[in-house]
Amino acid sequence: MSLLQVEGLTKRFSGLTAVDDINITVADKEFLGIVGPNGAGKTTLFSLISGQLPPTHGRIVFDGVDITGWPADKVASAGLVRTFQLMRPFESMTALENVAVASHHRFRSRRDARRHALAVIERVQLDRYVNAPAGSLPTAGLKRLELARALALEPKLLLLDEVLAGLVPADRAPMIELLGDLHADGLTVLFIEHIMAAVLALSERLLVMHEGAQLALGNPHEMTQDRAVVEAYLGEDYA
Amino acid sequence: MTRAVERPQDSVAAADDPRLKDNETRNAFVTLGVLAIVLAVLPFVLNERFESIAVLTLIFALMAVAWNLMSGFGGLFSFGHAAFFGIGAYVDAYLVVEYGISPWIAMLLGAALATLVGIAIAFLCLRYQLAGAYFALATFAFAQMFLLLVQNLEFLHKTEGFNLPILGGESFWMLQFRQGSDLYIWIPAAILVLALAGVILYVHSRPGQFVQAVRDDAVAAASLGINVMRTKLIAVGLSCALTAVAGAFYTQYYFFVGPQQAFGAQVSIEAIIPAVIGGIGTIWGPLVGALIVGPLAELIDSVLRDPPAFIGFLQGVAGLDVAIYAALLIVIVLFMPKGIYGTLKERWRR
Repeated sequence: MSLLQVEGLTKRFSGLTAVDDINITVADKEFLGIVGPNGAGKTTLFSLISGQLPPTHGRIVFDGVDITGWPADKVASAGLVRTFQLMRPFESMTALENVAVASHHRFRSRRDARRHALAVIERVQLDRYVNAPAGSLPTAGLKRLELARALALEPKLLLLDEVLAGLVPADRAPMIELLGDLHADGLTVLFIEHIMAAVLALSERLLVMHEGAQLALGNPHEMTQDRAVVEAYLGEDYA
Repeated sequence: MTRAVERPQDSVAAADDPRLKDNETRNAFVTLGVLAIVLAVLPFVLNERFESIAVLTLIFALMAVAWNLMSGFGGLFSFGHAAFFGIGAYVDAYLVVEYGISPWIAMLLGAALATLVGIAIAFLCLRYQLAGAYFALATFAFAQMFLLLVQNLEFLHKTEGFNLPILGGESFWMLQFRQGSDLYIWIPAAILVLALAGVILYVHSRPGQFVQAVRDDAVAAASLGINVMRTKLIAVGLSCALTAVAGAFYTQYYFFVGPQQAFGAQVSIEAIIPAVIGGIGTIWGPLVGALIVGPLAELIDSVLRDPPAFIGFLQGVAGLDVAIYAALLIVIVLFMPKGIYGTLKERWRR
């Protein structure tokens, strides 16, 4: 069964078409990688799907419900949650409090929310920053905090926007493993990433975007052989 | 590679995990308990001469605590809290003078009306995405509008205001006591302690955490399922209700209220200054600020009434208090940008 259907999704900003007629169907429990050069419209696509921006055209159906035009908080409450490439921590709060804000979605009491938040923090291995002010976290920590907050909502569909960017290679492996585990547990994921090793390790299908449009969609390993994809994104010497 | 990552179902943190230790609420209530005791014995140790300073300080504290809810924790900088103070003061005066209703009931009705008006104003401002200075100016404009409106409404006695009838004798129900009665301190003190208890509960509750998240980053908060508008309006409603209570008590204590005392721009400033001096977005900052601004206001007032010879030219000069607040504010902003309490708290943590 498909969890997400995107039909003809288009976003224009006064003349510039940032996202141009995207059509994708994401199956339940699928892991879909999204790649493309900078400015290809990947993050804008996420903003459209998660309700931060209203689309110019097109339709988004999530879990059988047409959510086109819904505000971001309603989309998130329905179980479609995104992270931000440029991390957006709540700076006046500790890491635990940041995650507890999301845990409060399900848990009314402060105690339960904090307990749940700590479990999520342990899961993303942010343990050593539990009570540190969010503003003091290094990039790798903030990336995990983004992920932890999103996970604390217990989403059905997670939109990850470059969670590996900025991590030193040594930090990447455990993060990739964590994402693999989340997927194995049944989470459906849309995954924007530039690090091809991670994309190829995790994705079941791959969407390649170029200048807002859908350049190719299919098996990731076949994609890397595709002439058009290689030229648009990976570069000549990748082939 | 070993599986370092645990599944959530087998990793729900133990309730007694030391990292979950959360004494903030408890510590705040302990502090509040101490404050309540101090306020309770205050009338016994305070020279009667200083009663009016104590009452004024308590009113400032109430206003600043209320303003801080919306503008400190909620990040919605109001420059027009006179609107809500004035509604509280005038609803009380009108109902007590015209209908002889108990001020306690008038206080609640005033709070309810201020809440509705505040939510309506904030909704309009937020709906049209006014933020920062624009939001502050819009609230200021609304407060000025109320000032002009009241000054021109016959049934609100235009510029003359209301004098409360002096009933003679003491009545808790009618909130009138003999001059110098301890109750004039105990009642606002009790309201302040209750208000602070409410603030402590609110900032640690779900809506309180939400509003601080929204203040820090509204886009991120919305992406976590938080209804930004509703969250902000809750903070606005609480803030306006409490401000109106302060206004009603003001009318009761001074037996008089006029448009300037209720809706004047300096009223909005009096709500902001103690909070900024003490530390906005903290529980105790507004109280600390009021402890400085209250006595200072009274001092300025008495100096102006009867200035010593060398500054004799200041006799009866109006607006000096605001000028001194401004100077104080500049010093605080320069040397303690998070306010006195806010800055000390941060140093203490380090």
